[in-house]
Amino acid sequence: MSLETYFDFVILPILTISVLLVFIRLFKGPTVVDRVVALDLIITIGIGIITVYSIRQEQEVLLDVAIILALIAFLGTIAFSYYIEKQKDD
Amino acid sequence: MINIILAILSTVGALSILFASIGVLRMPDFFLRLSVTVKASTLGVGLFLICAAIMFPDDVSVTTKAIAIIFFLILTSPISAHMIGKAAYFIGTPLWKGTVVDRLQGMYNKETHCLESDPKRANLAEEEQIADSEKETE
Repeated sequence: MSLETYFDFVILPILTISVLLVFIRLFKGPTVVDRVVALDLIITIGIGIITVYSIRQEQEVLLDVAIILALIAFLGTIAFSYYIEKQKDD
Repeated sequence: MINIILAILSTVGALSILFASIGVLRMPDFFLRLSVTVKASTLGVGLFLICAAIMFPDDVSVTTKAIAIIFFLILTSPISAHMIGKAAYFIGTPLWKGTVVDRLQGMYNKETHCLESDPKRANLAEEEQIADSEKETE
């Protein structure tokens, strides 16, 4: 079994199932912080998917997108926590 | 040989990410979900990036980018987890009913966003503030 077949039929489906499971938490999430954590995890898994895809296609240019996504995930979580802490409880 | 190493590393990474997502779905409490998410997903993505660095050995830029992303993730994910956990505790996210001990109980001064080491002092600070505001109003 070649490496491309293994990535196509094992690794990427596992990552897709993970994203779907986290999406369930994103929709269910009882509080807003649950949703923030789920969104952070989705972006982190997205970095993993981009990396696997760049290995699979032998396109190392796609790793730049992963750097930007890591930056955006960190900034988004920091901004969400800042404003959640500032808000008045309704 | 390289293919076997890549397959092993990517399998471990994919499984740890899968366990992180199962944990974020199944854990009963926000704080348990948070503690599951950060460590396992960082490990999984780090293993994938190590795979990418092994896959392109001729290109130095790929190795540099992979190391940069790993370093950035390891640096930032605990910080963001700390920030969101603090915000969640502050807005009063309910704890799991099986929680044994809550060491921050009453130590958080909700007016000044400060964490006191003594619960009485937190309440004292609140009362002083209330007194000050009353004086100001008078």
